[in-house]
Order: sequence, then structure tokens, then C-alpha cells
Amino acid sequence: MTAVLDTILQGVLLGGLYALFAAGLALIFGVMRLVNLAHGDLIVLAAYLILLIANTLHLGVILSFIIALPLMFAAGYVLQTGLLNRVIGNDILAPLLTTFGLSIILQNAMLTGFSADSRRLTSDGIETASLPLFNGLAIGVMPLLTFLAAVAVIIALNQLFYRTALGYAFRAVSDDPVTARLMGIDDKQLFGIAMGVALAVCAVAALFLGLRANFDPTIGPGRLIFAFEAVIIGGLGSLWGTLAGGVILGVAQTIGASINPEWQLLAGHLAFLVVLAVAPRGLFPRAVD
Amino acid sequence: MALLETRGLTARYGDFKALFGIDFAIEAGETVAIIGANGAGKSTFLRAICGLLAAAPESIRFDGAAIGGAAPAEIVRRGIAMAPEGRKLFPSLSVEENLRVGAWSQKTPGYWNLSSVYELFPMLKERRSTPATALSGGQQQMVTIGRALMSNPRLLLCDEISLGLAPIVIRDIYAALPRIRQGGVSLVIVEQDIAQAMAVADRVYCFQEGRVTLSGAPAALSRDAIHEAYFGH
Repeated sequence: MTAVLDTILQGVLLGGLYALFAAGLALIFGVMRLVNLAHGDLIVLAAYLILLIANTLHLGVILSFIIALPLMFAAGYVLQTGLLNRVIGNDILAPLLTTFGLSIILQNAMLTGFSADSRRLTSDGIETASLPLFNGLAIGVMPLLTFLAAVAVIIALNQLFYRTALGYAFRAVSDDPVTARLMGIDDKQLFGIAMGVALAVCAVAALFLGLRANFDPTIGPGRLIFAFEAVIIGGLGSLWGTLAGGVILGVAQTIGASINPEWQLLAGHLAFLVVLAVAPRGLFPRAVD
Repeated sequence: MALLETRGLTARYGDFKALFGIDFAIEAGETVAIIGANGAGKSTFLRAICGLLAAAPESIRFDGAAIGGAAPAEIVRRGIAMAPEGRKLFPSLSVEENLRVGAWSQKTPGYWNLSSVYELFPMLKERRSTPATALSGGQQQMVTIGRALMSNPRLLLCDEISLGLAPIVIRDIYAALPRIRQGGVSLVIVEQDIAQAMAVADRVYCFQEGRVTLSGAPAALSRDAIHEAYFGH
């Protein structure tokens, strides 16, 4: 019984990481209907950026992360206004190909710049610390922090979207960009801000990715798949749905892994396919679409 | 000097030319109605003024500055707001959020804000948290007008605000116009209902196939002249 409980608990916490991967992807799709195939690679890029800052300036990983956050925001703004704004429009294929190309460029640039060696972010033993619960059950401090970070990011994004003028403008542009322009909203600039916020969320995801496990330049597409699955399981309606999607994916993976370590990824994909078959629009779809 | 003036304004959708040189003027404080049949170019004219369609810079002058072809956001900042045809409310936003989006470009407080819009249309206050597109057609039209007012424009363009509404609802909406004018806003009203347009406007322009076929004060225009300007020969 404890083993089952343990498996599910670890899966839920793992889901927090997947929700962090997915939140930025969902945000971008929600605001500008852009499917960013380079999302996973941008997370890996953010992880290398944190590592680079930590090594160059001899700073702790948290401080490095705080420095990386505005840098990633700026990178997102420049990426959107300088490149992606030129390709988004009625044709869905052009932005898809552009971000696909960006994904390949990023992977190879990181391979050249940082080599193929696996790296990780290190902190003062917090990676291996755990909190004992009852019956010999324990949860890792790092997975718990990851999950709490995911909840915090989702609360923050919800506040942004539903409580600020910027959030109303994001939603207005998402509904009807032409009418939004009549309100004086510069949609292209707004898209830049949205991509900036998404890449800042990528930096949060990168911090926990790098502290929990090794990363190398090639793991981006794998993270993208998890992010996609979390978004689609949750439905495009709400960010809480994305967290639920991440949790379902995480639990499925840990259950699969507890049966046979080779089944971890397979179980996640199977859970995704089951949800897709039963509820094609996800578990928490948007009412108006 | 006119508040807004167009000289030889042309507009096209791709290869299709929709406006053939419109000369139009509205003074500060005036209410001008544009009438004409479907396809006469009335909405196209408003879209060109708002910056949604390309136009030669000098062909549209607002408050002394050439604004033809400027970005819509720039034109809103200069003081032109639009209540678009078909209302075009943002469906995922509540009534109040729709109104707040209208104030996006408003950096300094003006006469029109949430409380003055709610005073103008009291029933919107009761339904402030409702999704905007769940309201009745008349109430949605009120949100559209309120949303445009939130930018505190000097010129408000109203495109077919009575379209698809019951006569009693139209009366309610038109009853709000005098109060909007008291706030110092000039109005351009595009209207298919000629009687309604004649009743509120200081001057009337009639469009036909992308050209101005008649203009003048309502009292000075004979029924036959309007008929001919509206339908052609």
C-alpha cells in the first residue's frame, strides 16, 4: 500500500515539472495560436544560461537563475518581434517550420558551444534532501519545490491574465486581433511581451530541470513532447488544466516505471492517447472556442 | 478648420476598388450621418479612417495632422474611436473587461471611465461580470459604444449601431447619443435607417458605389434628392 501511495505521490510531484514545461507552451498558443516547436530547446538553452552565469560569475544557482530570468524575457521579446512576428498569420505552416528550424539551430549551437557532455545545476545538497512523512514514506525536497513552483507560476500567470490590463489585452488579441487594434492595442508588441513571459517561465522550468537531472543539448524535443502531452491532456481552457495534465502524465509515467523501468515513457504516452480518445479536446476545454 | 477631413480618399480590397475619391468633413461638436445602400462603401470609409485599410497620408487629416495609413493604435491615441459593425465584443472577456480593454491607450484620466459609462448605460453595471457576448443584442451594442468611449475620443465612429435591433432598443441606444455629444465628442454615424439618421444628424452624406452622391443639412434635402442619391437612376 505504501509503495502504491509512494508511486502516486512521486508521480504527482513529477507532474509539477511537466506543468512547468507546458505552461509557457500553453501561454504562447493561447495568445497567438503559435505552436512553438523550439519550446523544449529554449528550456535547455535557459538551463545552459543559468549554468554559464553560475560558472562565469561564480554565483549560486538561485542567484544565477534570478539574473537569467530578465535575460530570457528579453530574448523572448527579441525572438518574437525580430523573427516570429514576420511569419505568424493565417498560414499555420510558416511559423511551424520556422520554430522547427529554430529548434535544430538551437540544438546544434548548444552542441557547438557547450559540447555533448551531460551537465547539471548544483546547489548545496538540496537536490538529495528529503522530508520523511509517515510509514517510511518520504518526499524529495526538490520534487516538492518543483511542484510548488509550478503552482506558483500558474497562480502568477492567472493573476496576469485575469487581473491586469495587460492580461485583458492578451485575451482580447487572442479573441480578435483586428478589433483589438481598434482599441489601440499593438498586437505585435503584445506578442513580444507574451513570448518574453513564456521564456521567463522556461527559465523557471530550466532551473528545476537542471537541479533534478542531467541535461545535454539534445533533450529539448523530449521535453517538448511532455509539454505537448500535458497541454493536450489538460485541454486548452485553463492553466490549472495544464497542471492537471502534467500530473496525469507524471503519475502514468511513475506507475509505468514501477512496473518495469522500461515502461516509464510508454505509460505516459498511453495515458495521453487514452485521454485523447476519450476526450479529444482535453479534460478542461475552453467553453468558447 | 474641420476636426476630420478627407480629400479624394480612395480605398481598395486587393484588386477591388471600394472608394473613389471621398471628400468629407466634420467640425468639432458636429454629428454627421452617412447613409447609403449595402455595398455603398460606408463601412469601408470608416475602416480607412481607423487605419484598418491603406490610405494616402494626406487623404485623411485629423486635427490638422495627416493620418492616412497610420497604424490603428496611433489613430486611437490621436482621439478617434470606433464602435464597429457587428459589435465585435471580445467573447472571452466579461462586460467590464471589454470596457477596460477600450481604455488600453488611455494614459491620463478623462471624462469617460467605468463609472460614467455605467451611468450612461445603467443596465451594464448589473451585468458587469457576465461574458459580454451573453448579453442581448441591444446590451451588447451598449458595451460596444461604452468600450469605444473608454478611450475618451474626440471623434466617435458608429458603424450600423441599430443593425438587427428591435425599434424600442434602437430608441434606447439613440437616446444616449445627446449625452455623448455633451461630453464634447463629435459623431460620425453610419446608418441604413434614413429617418433615424436624419433625426440625429446636423449634416448627412449619402454614399453610392464608393462616391458621395449627396450631402447637406437634413432639412435642406428633399425626399426625391435622397431617393436618387440612395438608389441611383
